[in-house]
Amino acid sequence: MEAVIDIQGLSKSFGSHEVLKDINFSVNKGEVVTIIGSSGSGKSTLLRCVNLLEKPSGGKIIFNGENILDDKHDVHQYRKNLGMVFQQFNLFNNHNVIGNCVVGQVKVLKRSKEDAEKIAMKYLKVVGMDAYVNAKPRQLSGGQKQRVAIARALSMEPDVMLFDEPTSALDPEMVGEVLKVMKELAGTGLTMLIVTHEMEFAREVSDRVVFMDKGVIAEEGTPEQIFNQPAQERTKEFLKRTLK
Amino acid sequence: MGYADAATSSGDAFIDRARRLAFLQGGATMTLEWIFRIVEQYWPMFLRGAGITLLIALIGTVLGGMIGLLAGVVRTIPCPERGVKRYLLKTINFILSVYIEFFRGTPMIVQAMVIFYGAALAFGYHMNPIIAGVVIVSINTGAYMAEIVRGGIISVDKGQYEAAQAIGMNHIKTMINVVMPQVIRNILPATGNQFIINIKDTAVLSVISISELFFVTKTIAGNNYRYFEAFFVVCILYFIMTYTITLILRYIERRMDGPDNYVMTANQIDTAEDIKRKNQGM
Repeated sequence: MEAVIDIQGLSKSFGSHEVLKDINFSVNKGEVVTIIGSSGSGKSTLLRCVNLLEKPSGGKIIFNGENILDDKHDVHQYRKNLGMVFQQFNLFNNHNVIGNCVVGQVKVLKRSKEDAEKIAMKYLKVVGMDAYVNAKPRQLSGGQKQRVAIARALSMEPDVMLFDEPTSALDPEMVGEVLKVMKELAGTGLTMLIVTHEMEFAREVSDRVVFMDKGVIAEEGTPEQIFNQPAQERTKEFLKRTLK
Repeated sequence: MGYADAATSSGDAFIDRARRLAFLQGGATMTLEWIFRIVEQYWPMFLRGAGITLLIALIGTVLGGMIGLLAGVVRTIPCPERGVKRYLLKTINFILSVYIEFFRGTPMIVQAMVIFYGAALAFGYHMNPIIAGVVIVSINTGAYMAEIVRGGIISVDKGQYEAAQAIGMNHIKTMINVVMPQVIRNILPATGNQFIINIKDTAVLSVISISELFFVTKTIAGNNYRYFEAFFVVCILYFIMTYTITLILRYIERRMDGPDNYVMTANQIDTAEDIKRKNQGM
C-alpha cells in the first residue's frame, strides 16, 4: 500500500519535557487510522506535529516522498494537502457558514468564487448543513459548528483529513451527529487520521488503531487486535478503564 | 500720553466696570441675551471652527487607525528562529516600540510645538498649520491605536488563527481574511473613544494658531469680553459633536453584529433578499 504520510523517528519537546519520543508510523491512502490513549499521552501533539502547528523537535515527516521538515519546504504549501478539524471547531467568526468554506479555496487555492461556492455547497450537503449557508457561527450549536468545520476542511479537497478530538467539546446529544458524518466520510475512501476518545466509534470505523502511552506508540493493529486481543499490559489497562 | 488717550483709557475702564456691574445686576437674563447675541452674530465662525476641528479629528483618527493597524500586524508576526528576517523584524519592532512609548508618553501640546517649530527650524519650512495639525493628531493617535489593535488581535482566539494556518494561509492572509475583520469590530468602541478624545484634544492645537473651534472661541470671547457666554456656547457645540459620533458608532456596531438568531433557509430558492428579510424578523 502507498503511504501518504510516513513519520520516522519523530520527537517533540516542550522545554525539557519530552512529549513525543521516536514515533514511527504511516498512514496509507484511503486508510482510516485512529489514535487512542489517555489524556497527556501525546496524541493531540502528534496530530498537530503532522500539519506542523507544532514544530517537531526531531525526525522526519515524509509526504509524497519528500521530507517536509527540510528547510526548503514551504509550510503553507504543504498544509494545503491536509484538512484539519479541531476540538474547539475554530470557525471564522467573521464569516458565515458558506464563507468559512469558501475563503480558503479562494485565497489559498485561487479558485474562482463561483467554483468555490459550488464545491462548498457540495460538502455542506455531505455534512447536512446546506440549509444554514448564511448563518453566522455564533448562531449555530456545537454539533452544527463542528459539521461546518468538517465541510470547511473537505472543501479544500485535501489528501488527508486530520481530526483532533472532534467530539470532545460537544454536548452528549450532539456527539452522534458528528460521528455519523465521520462514519459516512470513512465509507467514501477518504484518508483519515483521527484522535478520539470514542472507543466504540474507533472500533467501528478504523482500519487501524494506534494506542499511545507516555509519548510513545505502545501498540498498533486492527481494531480486533487492539480491542479484543491487546498484546500489551498497558493497552489492556487503558481499555479496562475506558470500556465499561 | 496725551489728554485724550488718558480719557479714553479711563473711559474704557469705566465701561468695563459698568459691564461687570450690569452682569451682576442683570444676572441670568443678561447672560442669556449675550449667549443668543453671540450665537446669532458668530455662528458662521463657530461653524467653520467646528468644521476644522472635525476635519482634523476625523482625518487624524482614520490615519492614526491605519498606523495602528499596520503596527499591530507587524508586531504580531511570529518571530523567525534565525536568519536575516529575524534581525530585520527585531529592529522594526524596536523602532515601533520607541515610537509608541514616546508619543504616548509626551503631551500632544508639546508634540505640536516641537513638530511645528522644529520643522520650521530644521528645514526652514513653515508647515500649513492644518496639515501640521493632522500630522500631529495622526501620529499621536497611531501610537495609542497600535496598543489598542495589539489588544484586539490578542483577543481573537488563537484557534481561529490556527485554523487559518491549517488551511494553508500565511500570516498576512490570515490577518486580512480572518483576524483583522474581527479586530476592527472589537476595537470599534475604543476607536470611537479615541475619536472623541481627538475632537476635544484638537483644542490644544490652538498653540500653533490653527483656527479650530477653541481658537475661534477665544477670539470671539476676547472681542466681546464675554468669556463665560462664548465658552458656554462652545461647550454645547463640543458635546453635540462628540455625542453624535457616539450615536453613529453605536449604530455601526449594531449593524456589524447582525441578528442573534438565524432563521433556517429550508427553501433553497430563497434569494439573498428573502433570507435577509427573514433574519431581520420581518
